[in-house]
Amino acid sequence: MNAESDLTERTRALCRAQASRPDALIEILHDIQEEAGFIPRETIPVLAEELNLSRADVHGVASFYHDFRDAPPDGPIVKLCRGEACQAMGCDTLAEALEISPPESDGVKSVIETVYCLGNCALGPAAMVSGQLIGRANKENISDALNKTATRKLNGANG
Amino acid sequence: MADPYIIYIPQDSAACSVGANEVAEVIVQNARSAGIDVKIIRTGSRGAYWLEPLVEIEANGKRLGYGPVTTANVAALFESRFYEGGENALCIGIVDEHPFFARQERLTFARCGIIDPLDLDAYRRHGGLKGLEKAATMTSEAIVEEMIESGLRGRGGAGFPAGIKWKTALAQSSDQKFICANADEGDSGTFADRMIMEGDPFALIEGMIIAGFATGAEHGLIYLRSEYPAALRIMTNAITAFEDVGLLGENIADSGRAFSIELRRGAGAYICGEETSMLESLEGKRGEVRVKPPIPAIKGLFGKPTIVNNVLTLAAVPFILAEGATAYRNYGMGRSRGTQPFQLAGNIKRGGLVEKAFGVTLRELIEEFGGGSFTGRPLRAVQVGGPLGAYLTADELDLPMDYEAFVDAGAMLGHGGVVVFDDSVDMARQAEFSMTFCAEESCGKCTPCRIGAVRGAETISKIRNGENIAANVALLTDLCEIMTDGSLCAMGGLTPMPVLSALEKFPEDFDIPDARKRATP
Ligand SMILES: Cc1cc2nc3c(=O)[nH]c(=O)nc-3n(C[C@H](O)[C@H](O)[C@H](O)COP(=O)(O)O)c2cc1C
Ligand code: SF4
Ligand code: FES
Repeated sequence: MNAESDLTERTRALCRAQASRPDALIEILHDIQEEAGFIPRETIPVLAEELNLSRADVHGVASFYHDFRDAPPDGPIVKLCRGEACQAMGCDTLAEALEISPPESDGVKSVIETVYCLGNCALGPAAMVSGQLIGRANKENISDALNKTATRKLNGANG
Repeated sequence: MADPYIIYIPQDSAACSVGANEVAEVIVQNARSAGIDVKIIRTGSRGAYWLEPLVEIEANGKRLGYGPVTTANVAALFESRFYEGGENALCIGIVDEHPFFARQERLTFARCGIIDPLDLDAYRRHGGLKGLEKAATMTSEAIVEEMIESGLRGRGGAGFPAGIKWKTALAQSSDQKFICANADEGDSGTFADRMIMEGDPFALIEGMIIAGFATGAEHGLIYLRSEYPAALRIMTNAITAFEDVGLLGENIADSGRAFSIELRRGAGAYICGEETSMLESLEGKRGEVRVKPPIPAIKGLFGKPTIVNNVLTLAAVPFILAEGATAYRNYGMGRSRGTQPFQLAGNIKRGGLVEKAFGVTLRELIEEFGGGSFTGRPLRAVQVGGPLGAYLTADELDLPMDYEAFVDAGAMLGHGGVVVFDDSVDMARQAEFSMTFCAEESCGKCTPCRIGAVRGAETISKIRNGENIAANVALLTDLCEIMTDGSLCAMGGLTPMPVLSALEKFPEDFDIPDARKRATP
């Protein structure tokens, strides 16, 4: 079976899990991205067909929301909050330092992504790695979090 | 066999962001190797974030706290037999009597941080479900009356009276109505919605069911931002827990009424916190703002009457029904009734959640509860009400937290976020950020916002570079006027608030000649 038909079948299955309701499009896009790491272009016509929408509609939605990416990320993602409460705690300086030398995980450079508020505004600067919130973020604890996720993945794969 | 020692450790994601999970693990290991029988209960957070991870034990019916605990001091805690309330440098005494908590008025957050958020029996023991059981015996009209009487206003930003909104929805005849909980919590400096969803999710669900009873809606949706994966997990389990015992479904609490709840994830768009944009998003579309009227209470989700309320608004409802409208409205000042969970954030020593009746001053919040700046440097600016809220100066701290007092001061209370900056802040940079944020998060539907914000950011950048300052300040002021008057929603309409307040109150940061003289008349 080739990769493309796999992807098509999987996309259909994710739609049907939501009863192919067009209002569930954003949920389905989240599901696809959780599995594939991004929204592969080939899924757009499949989504359109399954949910009875136009391709333009689906593409319009996928591109409107910041969460959805149209290509795989170049490395593990570090979400760094750049909201006002974190600015007051120096997130701009931290961002510069991270841009200059991004922390690595398994020798792969992380990708620093800007977000606005992670709901950790009393413990800024705030960051998030694999859904794990980091308070009083600095280069060290961000690196630690990246390494921990890498280990978790490895353990998961082994057993 | 003796009962195990009970140890409470938060599982709130912010507490975990500073090591609560690791501390819990090490406590379990230490107990095991010392042969001490302990039972760990994971709770939400009490909201004293500077004390997190805050570990609590029960002694003589009181909860004693230790914090902030790190994995490194667990061994010492065991040496001092903390599980029996032993003396230790980290002991903060009886938690309820600690100055940060003793003066709070916790109505909405009464259980948060105290109980296991998914323990329905504990919820009931601590006053949960009383409101729902009461509402089950009341007519829709009577519930709405109670809500109007309570004076509760929307906590999502606009402060619209909740009861009036509910009355409008009740008056619509329709085959279907919806209750939408706005859990998008996009405002920087706010985290109360997250805390309640992680720490007392049943309160939100109970509030939504009561809203359903009051308006005739049988279906609820929670629009939860994707930045809150822990809240999503807990809310999902909380909904299941209610379904399992028939508190969601048909004939709830023998009322003959039905209600169900569905969770929907946001996708990283700030504008989707705006109610009509949220409705578009819930319909699976781009989050473009709708023209009002019609208001959602008349024509909302899929064109049906829809109540959109903030998480805190809905979570305040069970108390009102359980204790009565008067008990709630006895708190507060003027037309701001009840309590507000204020959130102390940014450069603040003791950051966290302070639930207090309206009327408390900004100074009390920042100085008495918050202990001043984190860095110890002088406070220079405070932004209240999220990224669209005004900047206030150190001279304005005596302002009472009250919707009307804030409007009179050219500011807004919003969702109750208080972000503190010390004297290292560059207010021109903050103003530029406000415009940049608006440009990035604009839904693009109207020109004053879409184009205005981009031009605004460019103009402030020029001012910061010292280019034609006077001319560019004049241009910026004009732009702000156009955005205020011509924007379809408050995104473009209120962005000028932080920008102009920064410009007017901190002109020296824009290098405006004679600024200091003008600033102090
Ligand atoms: C740009 C923008 C963002 C908003 N974000 C939120 C939000 O994150 N959460 C929220 O409850 N209300 C938000 N609101 C306010 C909602 O439009 C709406 O007034 C509110 O959800 C109504 O509930 P309430 O009456 O209980 O406050 C936002 C408004 C605007 C203009
Ligand atoms: S003001 Fe901005 S966010 Fe609001 S409708 Fe217009 S373009 Fe969209
Ligand atoms: S502003 Fe950074 S976490 Fe809220």
